[in-house]
Amino acid sequence: MKLVKRPLSPHLQVYKPQLTSVLSIIHRGTGVFLSLGALVLTYWLVSLAVSEDLFNSFHLHTTFWYGKLFLIGFVFSLYYHLANGIRHLFWDIGLGLEISTTYKSGYFTIFISVALTLTTLFIGRVL
Amino acid sequence: MNIRLLTPLRILMSASEVVRHWWAQRLTAVVLIPLSLWFVYSLTTMYSANYETVALWLNNTTNSLLMLFFILSLYYHAVLGLQVVIEDYIESDWQRKSLLLLIKIILSIAALSAVIAIFLIYMEF
Repeated sequence: MKLVKRPLSPHLQVYKPQLTSVLSIIHRGTGVFLSLGALVLTYWLVSLAVSEDLFNSFHLHTTFWYGKLFLIGFVFSLYYHLANGIRHLFWDIGLGLEISTTYKSGYFTIFISVALTLTTLFIGRVL
Repeated sequence: MNIRLLTPLRILMSASEVVRHWWAQRLTAVVLIPLSLWFVYSLTTMYSANYETVALWLNNTTNSLLMLFFILSLYYHAVLGLQVVIEDYIESDWQRKSLLLLIKIILSIAALSAVIAIFLIYMEF
């Protein structure tokens, strides 16, 4: 039987961007990026188990601009996905679903994830 | 009368699988809240540390166990999340199934490598 071509569920192409939808898309984006980060984290652990030379050569990459850029993106993604994930968990138990509350929690999510990212990067001397 | 059926629903998961997926995603999310906070805290102290410092840090039983739990819940949560993204955006049935299988294979190998690495670091010193 031939399947009818229907638009796929998050209709990004016909959906006017709003704070709520944009944050939802970022949640997915950061989730995908964090999966990639998990692979890099795994390589770090493997290099530590294999040899000091391998660990040092990997560590060198993390100090270069592209390594730092990846790390900055990883830390931000982690905080954003964490904060927005907690927002999702509240929704799951039926809290904070009013439109005005979703906007407030949305702005708070952006603020807290940027603030925590900068704090972490400064404490860790990445920046 | 000739009844023409509507386009059949492409069933991705059975009802019980959907419930299990939903709960597993939430449970791993809750577990990952404290674990990822511990992880970023560790990252700040380990970023500029040398080989010996990092190895000794991960040789500690508490840190080793926390890293093990973090890695396992992280990969489990990642598979569940990527599955939803794939199911939402990939239309073709065989492409969706093969991509999901590929991701499950890659992430399982990665998770296993991480577990072995954590074990080796723990036993080494």
